[in-house]
Amino acid sequence: MARTDVQLMLDVKAGDEQSFELLLRKYRTPLVNFLFRMVRDTAVAEDLAQEVFLRVYRARQEYAPSAKFTTWMFRIATNLALNSVRDNRHRQMEISMDQTVDTGEDEQQPLQVADRAPTVEQELVARSRAELILKAIHALPEKQRAAVLLHKYQELDYDEIARVLECSESALKSLLFRAYETLRVQLAPLVSPTVRTDRVPANRSGQPA
Amino acid sequence: MFGKHENGQQCAAIEGQLVQYLDGRARPAERHAVEAHLAACAACRSRAEEFRSLWSVMDDLPAISPSPAFDASLRARIAAEPQRRGFWDWMPSPRLAFAVTALVALSVWMSSMPRVMPSLPAAPQTAQVNKVGADFDFGMIRDLPVLENYDVVSKFDALSELPGPVAGSVPEGAKETR
Repeated sequence: MARTDVQLMLDVKAGDEQSFELLLRKYRTPLVNFLFRMVRDTAVAEDLAQEVFLRVYRARQEYAPSAKFTTWMFRIATNLALNSVRDNRHRQMEISMDQTVDTGEDEQQPLQVADRAPTVEQELVARSRAELILKAIHALPEKQRAAVLLHKYQELDYDEIARVLECSESALKSLLFRAYETLRVQLAPLVSPTVRTDRVPANRSGQPA
Repeated sequence: MFGKHENGQQCAAIEGQLVQYLDGRARPAERHAVEAHLAACAACRSRAEEFRSLWSVMDDLPAISPSPAFDASLRARIAAEPQRRGFWDWMPSPRLAFAVTALVALSVWMSSMPRVMPSLPAAPQTAQVNKVGADFDFGMIRDLPVLENYDVVSKFDALSELPGPVAGSVPEGAKETR
């Protein structure tokens, strides 16, 4: 019988390094993706993801299962990402005028699309769509961005996301509505209900992605 | 936000429930309320469809894979962490910790036990040991004059090449043993 994340973490606390490996294997990809979508930089995302695991490992002796493991982990990740975004913004304000300024257009590293073998043309279209989506998400205010990523891609429960973002559930629902409303407008060229309503995500009873 | 819809007040009221309704996590009462509103409000119905479509579009965002060096780099960072170790953390395994504890406890117990002496009486044994030691020493002393005996020493081949002894220079010990 598979152990829960909390049980794995309690085993890590008891000195079982193998349990930490299991948590690492389970969450490194979701964590790297969450952080990449937060900061839009693969190297920074990996560095932050490692920092999250490092902090989890450091805190193992004091770990008390007061909440879901994912709530705790994504709370660390979100705080690190928000700090990184703010630091980066501050750093960019200090860039001298003769240096190339990141316009946010085409300077990001190309996405490493996993497990696909499309034609060159399809790949270009897919990459272009992905860049549009990523750019729209990244244009959201930080808290809305985190809320959308945790809701849409990490599928965290509302109470978990609210705890991660330290807000009430009702405030979170309002936050999510405003974020999706902004995205709907920003991604209007891609959003066409008449064509795409057959692709309603249904991971768990109609839940997105 | 829904001010231009047919019933702005009701539209605003379902704002906070629409996402939860669309992702299938709304409670039954909330779901019925949203469904009733959507049935009556074409604008909100259209918006709900667009939200669904938006989520479908967002699925096109590909997932990235961590680099192959991710785990190794993390392990290196963990290994570089300063260790906070208590006494028992120095023990590589609980078995070794138990063995050390048992050894220490055994040592303490043995040292606290009264020393048990052999059944032989102490005084005769000491006297016997002293007697053997004295005989040995006496034997050595008794054999020493052999080395000082002139006849024995002068018959060594190695010594025969040495200049002969000067008359009257015979050691006193040799004279005595003759």
